[in-house]
Amino acid sequence: MSPSPLPGTPLVHLAGITKSYRRGAQRVAVLSGISFDIAAGEFLALMGPSGSGKSTLLNLIAGIDRPDSGLLAVAGNDLGAMSEADLADWRARHVGFIFQFYNLMPVLTAFENVELPLLLTHLSRRERAEHVAFVLDMVGLGDRMEHRPGELSGGQQQRVAIARALVTDPDLIVADEPTGDLDRESAEDILRLLQHLNRDLGKTIVMVTHDARAAEHAHAVMHLEKGELSARVDNP
Amino acid sequence: MRAIPLSYSLRNLSARRMTTALTAGGMALVVFVFAAVLMLDAGLHQAMVDTGADDNAVIIRRGSETEMQSGVDRAAAAVVASQPEVALGPGGLPLASKETVVLIALFTRDEGKPSNVMVRGIGPYGAELRPQVRLAKGRMFRSGSNEVVAGASIAKKFRGAGLGETLRFGGREWVVSGVLDAGGSGFDSEIWGDADQLLPAFRRPVYSSVLVRLAQPEGFAAMKERLERDPRFTIEAKRERQYYTDQSAGLAKFINILGLTLTVIFSIGAVIGAMITMYAAVASRTGEIGTLRALGFRRRAVMGAFLVESLLIALVAGVVGLVLASGLQWMTVSTMNFQSFAELAFSFRLTPGIVVEVLLFALAMGFVGGFLPAARAARMDIVAALRSA
Amino acid sequence: MILGAVLRHALRNATRHRLRSGLTVLGMVVAILAYGLLQTVVGAWYANANNASDTRLITRNSISLVFPMPLNYRQKIRAVEGLNQVSLANWFGAIYKEPKNFFAQFAVSDDYFAIYPEFIIDEDQMRDYRRDRRGCIVGRKLANTYGFKIGDAVTLKGTIFPGDWTFVVRAIYDGRKESTDETQFFFHWDFLNETVKQRYARRADQVGVFVSSVRDPDDMARVALEIDGQFRNSAAETLSETEKAFQLGFVAMTGAIVTAVELVSYVVIFIIMAVMANTMAMTARERTAEYATLKALGFSPSFVAGLVLAESLTIALIGGAIGIALTYPVAQGFAQAVGTLFPVFRVAPHTVLLQLACALLVGLLAAWLPARRAARVPIVEGLRSVV
Repeated sequence: MSPSPLPGTPLVHLAGITKSYRRGAQRVAVLSGISFDIAAGEFLALMGPSGSGKSTLLNLIAGIDRPDSGLLAVAGNDLGAMSEADLADWRARHVGFIFQFYNLMPVLTAFENVELPLLLTHLSRRERAEHVAFVLDMVGLGDRMEHRPGELSGGQQQRVAIARALVTDPDLIVADEPTGDLDRESAEDILRLLQHLNRDLGKTIVMVTHDARAAEHAHAVMHLEKGELSARVDNP
Repeated sequence: MRAIPLSYSLRNLSARRMTTALTAGGMALVVFVFAAVLMLDAGLHQAMVDTGADDNAVIIRRGSETEMQSGVDRAAAAVVASQPEVALGPGGLPLASKETVVLIALFTRDEGKPSNVMVRGIGPYGAELRPQVRLAKGRMFRSGSNEVVAGASIAKKFRGAGLGETLRFGGREWVVSGVLDAGGSGFDSEIWGDADQLLPAFRRPVYSSVLVRLAQPEGFAAMKERLERDPRFTIEAKRERQYYTDQSAGLAKFINILGLTLTVIFSIGAVIGAMITMYAAVASRTGEIGTLRALGFRRRAVMGAFLVESLLIALVAGVVGLVLASGLQWMTVSTMNFQSFAELAFSFRLTPGIVVEVLLFALAMGFVGGFLPAARAARMDIVAALRSA
Repeated sequence: MILGAVLRHALRNATRHRLRSGLTVLGMVVAILAYGLLQTVVGAWYANANNASDTRLITRNSISLVFPMPLNYRQKIRAVEGLNQVSLANWFGAIYKEPKNFFAQFAVSDDYFAIYPEFIIDEDQMRDYRRDRRGCIVGRKLANTYGFKIGDAVTLKGTIFPGDWTFVVRAIYDGRKESTDETQFFFHWDFLNETVKQRYARRADQVGVFVSSVRDPDDMARVALEIDGQFRNSAAETLSETEKAFQLGFVAMTGAIVTAVELVSYVVIFIIMAVMANTMAMTARERTAEYATLKALGFSPSFVAGLVLAESLTIALIGGAIGIALTYPVAQGFAQAVGTLFPVFRVAPHTVLLQLACALLVGLLAAWLPARRAARVPIVEGLRSVV
């Protein structure tokens, strides 16, 4: 795995970001002038009521959506200036995704699901297998590689998803309600796993959640309200 | 039993417009083919059967299936005309027409392709014995001259056969003095002339057939028996309608068998399409089904609602297919009748009976296609359905 | 590497909904099978014309095939330069037991068989035929259909030549090629003429068609013109044309029906296309979130479109392959059921190619719109969709 950017330096930089959607004939503003930085190695939680735009913000940072205006730079790359194809390439190399409903391919085994992002690299089959085995071990599912998602519990599926998010050694991991569909115990497991990734492997994590207890696992929490950022509250 | 309202089925169909359209579209094509076959059959029936009249009888040589193969010599023809059952015309002469038929090759106007066309030499009463044939343009040919009249579809399709044009056959030239309108029957595909002029032109010593009008239709049996028993001649008598029906039996059968086989095969495809759609509908609305049952609707009501959806798709398909098929009525089919070897033109005919048959067929496809999926919906366990939503 | 992943993923996707995929494959099988059968029927229609030779000349009465020509024309035709044999053939057109047992019967002169080398006849059998004036030669397929064996008496009910006619089977011919018509029935022209002289004297010494073999195929046009020139302005003017032209003339007359059958064979393809398009549209829509995830992970829109396309092609080609395989046995069964109506009923190689092409086309077109949509749906919207 390659070394992460220097801790403390801004990995994500947003300035004056706005985003609106068209609903019927009207334009609804979701984000109005968001500006802040996320430092490398930070674990940030984004909270806010439903419709506050937190998921939208996450999508922008992850590069799967574009802002209407403003500057968005990740690891020095201006995302707004990149073409769709470039963005796709960039995501493949620099971003890991964790979704609320895991979003695994039902017809692929755990191994093959985790291997997916590596198909976009130039690694040989053997090299890919090594990486996959490594990350699956890390999340504690080394013995479940040949199972399909349908044969795994919710918590196990999310671990597979996390392994997939890790396998390309990305700078940034985005998680959208990662524990939203899990019971208390599995949720705890997942959150502690995320903490481990952040603390011990230096991964920068941005997590959207509506669960205050989940947010406690992060370094800091930012609140979004009607498209505007309120303060950043550091966790003890 | 409270039934689930019709609007539930209707709204669900319009919510999945693309799927409904594709399923109905495939079914509509099958309906179209089925309707076309039925219409073709009806058109052929009209062309052949409406060609004959109930009170006319055709006398030909025994064992010959068509006039083409038949020969009736002058003596025999005279005996036939003098039968007591034959009606008498004005002037007291028997209403009989001694006729000769021959095939000639004519060339189509557009591509110059040759086709066999029937030329019929008729006697003086020939036109009168066939009241369903009218003169549409020009005038009837003059007896004893080299004039002929052409059936409407011949005049239209072949070179030299139009009003005022000239045909060349049998070593002579013949002028078309008129065009006939035979109302879609077989005579629209014939050319008529004076038999006594045509016989020598084709170097034929004998007639092909004799057509007589019966004074009373019931007189047929007695006349038939007498003529067929006569040891001097080998002839047989048929009612005109029967004669023409027999002539096209082969072609009609062919169209029927081919058409129905195709329809059955195609309908399998359409039914499969309906099944796929309805299974998907059931699968995606598992939660709804559970809810409906929880609310108190019985299994049969659920089954009914899904069957109705399938039937509605089929109904739309049936109507669309029929509308498309009705457009075929503007087309005429022109082909060679295998048995008579002559050109035959007929069209697609849409009857109310066909409309009913086609719609029932469409509904049947919808029923068969929707049955199993609807049964699956009905058999769902309420709790399992609600949980999987 | 990516291609392998796409194919593997698509193949597994295709088997996800076994009922739906199974039904779709079944539909494809039926459609491709029907298409193949119909195309074979069309081919069978043209079979006679396709087998016709370019070195055989048919001379007939120019007014109509129905009219005969005098026997003495034969010497005059023989006098024309460039001909090998000039044989006689009369269409007999009788009924064997019932009108529906249709097969072609010809009264021919002995040299007819020299002109048709594609009929393989055993020497001994040919000799027996020559010796028996009532003898007849039947094709292998005809013999099998009605159980004719050497030595059997066969009675035909004449229509053009009324009365009962009894023949004795003296030879059975085999076709040299698979496409040769083995359903014909031949007997002696001399026997026909003798009998006609006795029964209906006025109709004797009349020939239906003269079939001649031309030495040099390039000479055809000249020979034909010369023959016809001999009889211009006579009682029976002639028209000479190659056998192929002659046969095509027949086909042209039933052209409308053949065209209709061909059109209908493509209608069935459209029907199955609608069914497949429906299946793929539903399937792709259900996977919207998965496709969006793949795009989020960095896979290109074309990758996702490729997945849809590959899945569609898999189903279409599996169905197509089964349909093609079934075409042979079903055609066989159909040929047997139809008996002697279609003398030649074979599935041609180019029909199989067309079937394959249709399966490919259906697979491609059915996936077109769903693949486009999967590629174009914005990631965020796709992730949000719940089917």
